Amino acid sequence: MSQYEDHEEHQQHPLKVYFVCWILLFVLSAGSYFVDYVQLQGLLRWSLILIFMTLKAGLIVAVFMHMAWERLALSYAIVLPPIAILMFMVIMMFESDYTVLTRIEEFGP
Amino acid sequence: MQDPPLKMPQANPAPGLQGFVDDWSSDQRAFKKVSWGKAMMWIFLLSDTFVFGCFLIAYMIARSSTVTDWPNTSEVFALHVGGTELPLLLIAIMTFVLITSSGTMAMAVNCAYSRARKPTALLMVLTAALGAGFVGMQVFEWSKLIHEGVRPWGNPFGAEQFGASFFMITGFHGTHVSIGVIFLLIVARKVWKGEFDRDERTWMCSGKGDYEAVEIMGLYWHFVDLVWVFIFAFFYLW
Repeated sequence: MSQYEDHEEHQQHPLKVYFVCWILLFVLSAGSYFVDYVQLQGLLRWSLILIFMTLKAGLIVAVFMHMAWERLALSYAIVLPPIAILMFMVIMMFESDYTVLTRIEEFGP
Repeated sequence: MQDPPLKMPQANPAPGLQGFVDDWSSDQRAFKKVSWGKAMMWIFLLSDTFVFGCFLIAYMIARSSTVTDWPNTSEVFALHVGGTELPLLLIAIMTFVLITSSGTMAMAVNCAYSRARKPTALLMVLTAALGAGFVGMQVFEWSKLIHEGVRPWGNPFGAEQFGASFFMITGFHGTHVSIGVIFLLIVARKVWKGEFDRDERTWMCSGKGDYEAVEIMGLYWHFVDLVWVFIFAFFYLW
């Protein structure tokens, strides 16, 4: 045992956790590819894409990047700020709606 | 890494540059049980999240405000294999290669904390090889599309903004992967040479048996995989 181990929690977890996460990532990726392969369209297509994407991102951050075992001070500092990106995205959705309307108005057929 | 002893407020703080460094480093740490290296990597990754977030939002704006049809990515990125056309085949292979490399990286981090020097180095080299494979396939994809006439200012398949979005987003991601490959090899070399088992301080290692650099490297690598998850969903599948 070296002196360093007493002070910082080292992120060592059973290998099984990683393997389960790994297999799930493969399954989810295959799932999202399958969505395109069978050419699902409409609501079903994009809801499945979003669900698979969120699950994959969550697994990577929580297990592979060890966020699930970190203290909340770090988790919140990293996980919450991206909400600002979501807000920005919503604002720009309205903006691009407006842009496309004016474009159709000006240059439309 | 050892907790540095907390600096007590001094009666006469040092002036000048030393005082500047002292003042900024005298605060109590907020991220307990996390080394500064790991905290800083997380903060860097957060800033990178904003970079890629802005790219994807810019792509969303371009795609939703164009009056011409967006190219059908399922067809644009299809590959002809044995007479049949398989949609998004190369992208699917790239996705699986990147996930595999994420798994080998996680194994490397696990080995590093058991202080298994050689398995750690070998797994990191394997991760770097898979990453290089990914970049290679991206080069193939780029040259295929350029050959078919896709340019940042136009393309034969549909909306003109497609090329700019594609080259910008995948180019930036590919650059991240390439930098990751280089750093993986640097850290792997240090592990192989046993630099983390020596009782000396370097910029990556605070003393004997401190393998945290491998975990920090792993954070970066998993982030690259994480970004790809979003690019795959929004750019290729949407």
